[in-house]
Parts: sequence; structure tokens; C-alpha cells
Amino acid sequence: MSTIPENLKYAKTHEWACMESDCATVGITDHAQFELTDIVYVELPEVGSTLTAGQNCAVVESVKIASDIYSPVTGEVIEINTALEGAPELVNDSAYKEGWFFKVKLTSEPDLSTLIDAPAYAAKIGEG
Amino acid sequence: MLNLKRTPLFDAHQSLGARCVDFGGWEMPVQYEGIVAEHQAVRNAAGIFDISHMGEIMVGGAHSADFLDSSLTNQASSLTAGGAQYSLMCNAHGGVIDDLYVYRIAKEVFLLIVNASRIEEDLSQLQNLVQEYGKDRTVNVVNESNQLSAVAIQGPNVRLFIDELFSMKGLIRVNKPSDLSKNQIDVFTFEENDVYVANTGYTGESGFEIVGPSKIIAELWHRLMKLGHPHGLKPAGLGARDTLRMEMGYPLYGNELGESVTPLEAGLGYFVDLNKPFRGRDRLSELKANGLNRRNLAFQMSSKSPPPRQGYPVSTDGITIGSVTSGTQSPSLKTGIGMALIREPHDKIGNRIEIEIRGRLFPATIKRKPLYVKS
Repeated sequence: MSTIPENLKYAKTHEWACMESDCATVGITDHAQFELTDIVYVELPEVGSTLTAGQNCAVVESVKIASDIYSPVTGEVIEINTALEGAPELVNDSAYKEGWFFKVKLTSEPDLSTLIDAPAYAAKIGEG
Repeated sequence: MLNLKRTPLFDAHQSLGARCVDFGGWEMPVQYEGIVAEHQAVRNAAGIFDISHMGEIMVGGAHSADFLDSSLTNQASSLTAGGAQYSLMCNAHGGVIDDLYVYRIAKEVFLLIVNASRIEEDLSQLQNLVQEYGKDRTVNVVNESNQLSAVAIQGPNVRLFIDELFSMKGLIRVNKPSDLSKNQIDVFTFEENDVYVANTGYTGESGFEIVGPSKIIAELWHRLMKLGHPHGLKPAGLGARDTLRMEMGYPLYGNELGESVTPLEAGLGYFVDLNKPFRGRDRLSELKANGLNRRNLAFQMSSKSPPPRQGYPVSTDGITIGSVTSGTQSPSLKTGIGMALIREPHDKIGNRIEIEIRGRLFPATIKRKPLYVKS
């Protein structure tokens, strides 16, 4: 499996967040896309909606099942990856780059007690 | 996974990197490479499935044909040796106890292939039916599920290599498996054991189901994998089996079928012979005469939507008219598809319906089965 990027923070529910000043880009990990298998539909939150860390905010559907995605951060959704509408397989092909889900303008400091770094995430999924 | 049963092919699945799930108490491969890739392999080349979890029940004896006529919806006595038919077992209310395949192996020997989750129920029902049928007549019901295993090998390329599996001709009628016509079965010799080869399947592709002693099934699987390799054969899991059968509109017990659904409502009237007595017939005749108030029909999503799933409500003009029994994203059609139990007068091919998915309505159209037709 591909490497786990060092610059990201990870939720135990397999989402990643890329922090850049007061914004965070959110997606699901490569491990998550592998476990979910062929992704055929991604339902994203609306731009302008507010999310609380841990909130159920998106749905990823594979051929077999629908899975809830939880926001790793608190803030307002300022952009969503509209490319996923026509090409949900981007999540399978490029979970950390082209397969990103949405961007959030943070309204509170990320709760670092719930987010873990790359080595801790690797250990969690048994690749440490 | 605790207390799950494993088929003799479990090691083969593991070495192929299969992901396994609990399927009716069995630890079965849901996929190897991926559901979509396996689905496409079956549609365009060939796929091999482990179906050893399914039940095999032998019904024999001088009165076995007549007994099956009186127990099942279809007319088993109309089969000649080497013939097969789809059939159903009903309760007194016409609800479905199981759907199954009946193979006539010899004049007085029938092989029933039944759903894994229904083996015990089917056996107990058949034993009760034997009691009712009469002690003075000869019928034996024997559960062979533990001694027999099975694989399904499906797809357009299967007939290019299936014959290489056997060196001798069939014991009933045909020279080689590729000579079997649809719904025909014969007995071939493999590693000095008799194996049944039938031209049947659950995918809509041409192909075969092979039933043999559990002790040789792993060797048979490995031989087929080798023979099929040059022809694009891939191992395929229950995930692909499900998407393939949904594109064809084939029912799955527990989804389209159950004890409170009749074969007529499920759209299986073709396999119900109301001109002979069997348990549930009176209720089914009455239903047919009075008209059905709900039917299971296939549908296709009209635009981009999440895949429909079992249990989602179906509506039209704001009123609920039924619910989804099976649904998925069709790998062949690239849209959401499914089947739904829809009440009259909304149960018409061509009707526009809406599927409620997480509180939102998505348009769909009721379509004739099969949803996928090979071009």
C-alpha cells in the first residue's frame, strides 16, 4: 500500500485533514478507500454548511455499501471537490490528492487529542 | 470470525487475497481483485465462483418425481434424465420457503440445489412432506450438503476450456460439457470421482455449475484456474455474483423472496404450475384469479444518484408505493439499478417512480427484466 503522508493529521475514523493556516482540506485515507473498494458515489456537505468535529457529514458509496464520513475538524465548508460528482473513482485512484472531499475554514483550533499523526495512524491500521 | 463454516476452498481464497464476509453463517469471499473487475471478467471473459456453501439434497425412490410434483411449484416429472428446472417450495399461504434448482440425474434420482441459509428448513419441510405424502410410497430425502461442494464457472470464454477438464464422455447423454444445452446436466469423471456438470448459472452469462465430492473440489478449482488463465478467467466473489444477478433481475432469497412473498408477486409465475396440486397452490390460484396487489419489478435510476439499497422507500407523486428489495450501482450500465416490491396500480413497466435515499428523492423508471441485455 502507498505511504501515509507525514504532513497530514488523521482521525481514527480514517479521514485526513491537511492544515494550512486557518483552513483544512479533508479526505479519506488510502487505507479507507482500499477497505471501501470500488467507490461509485460520494455525497458531500453543502458549501456554507457548518461542521463540528466528529459530525457525520458525507457519505461514500461502494458497489456494496454506503459508509458515513465524519468531519475531523470544526468550521464552515468553503469548497467541495465537484470533480467527485462525475468521477468518484478519484477517491480510489488518488485518496490524498485528487480525491479530496471538501475544504473547511476553521472556527476553532483543531482538537489535537482526537487527531493523530502519520506514524500513529500507521500503527493504528497495522502498518507501523 | 467466530463459528463460521468454511468451504474446502477457503485456503484457495486466502492465497488469492480474498476478503471474506459472513454469508449465512459461512465465511465466504466477497471479492478478490474488486467487484467491478470481477463482474466485467464474467461478462467479457470468464469467472469462477465458490458456491460450496449451497445445499445439495438428493431425493430418490420410485415415487420421487410424483413427490416433488406435490411438494414444489414446478413440474419435476416433466424432466427427463439430464434435465433441470428452477422451482420453489411454498408454505400453505403460498409464501416462499426456498427457491431451488431441480436436476433429474436418473429416472428415480433428483438433485436439489438449495440456498445455504435454508438447508435445515428445507430438509425439515421435505421430511414433513414425505410423511404427508404417504408411508406406502418410496421416497428418500438425503442431505448431501456436507459431502458435496460446488463451483460455478461463468462467462463467454468458459466453453473454450471447460471440456479439457474431463477425458471421458458424460454418463447420461453428452460427449463433453460444451455440448450441454441450457438446463441440461450430465455426469463426468474427475480424479476417479463422479462430478455433475450442469449448464446453469446465476449471472446471465453462459456457463456451468459443477458439483462434486468435497475432497476433490480444491483440485478441480485449481485445474480450472490453470485451464482458464489463458482465457481471462478470474476468481469472482459474492459481491460480483450479486451485481451480476441484479442486472438480470434474478431474485435472491431474503431480498426478493421470503415466507411472506408469493412466487407470483415475485414475478416467477412461469415456474409455478397451477394445474397440479402442491402445498400453497390453492392460495396462489386464488391470488391469480383475484389479481395481484403488489409485484416485484426491476427499475433503473434515471439520472446520477447514490446506489439504491434494500429497504429504501419507493414513491410516486408523494405517496409511498413500495420499497427496494435489492439495489446496487450496475457495473455494466453505470447507473443505479434495483428491484422493488411495488403495489398496484403503480406496478407497470415504464412507470416513473422515485427512490428515497437519505431523505432525498431520485427519479427512476420501472423496466422489464433483465435490465442488462448483451449487445
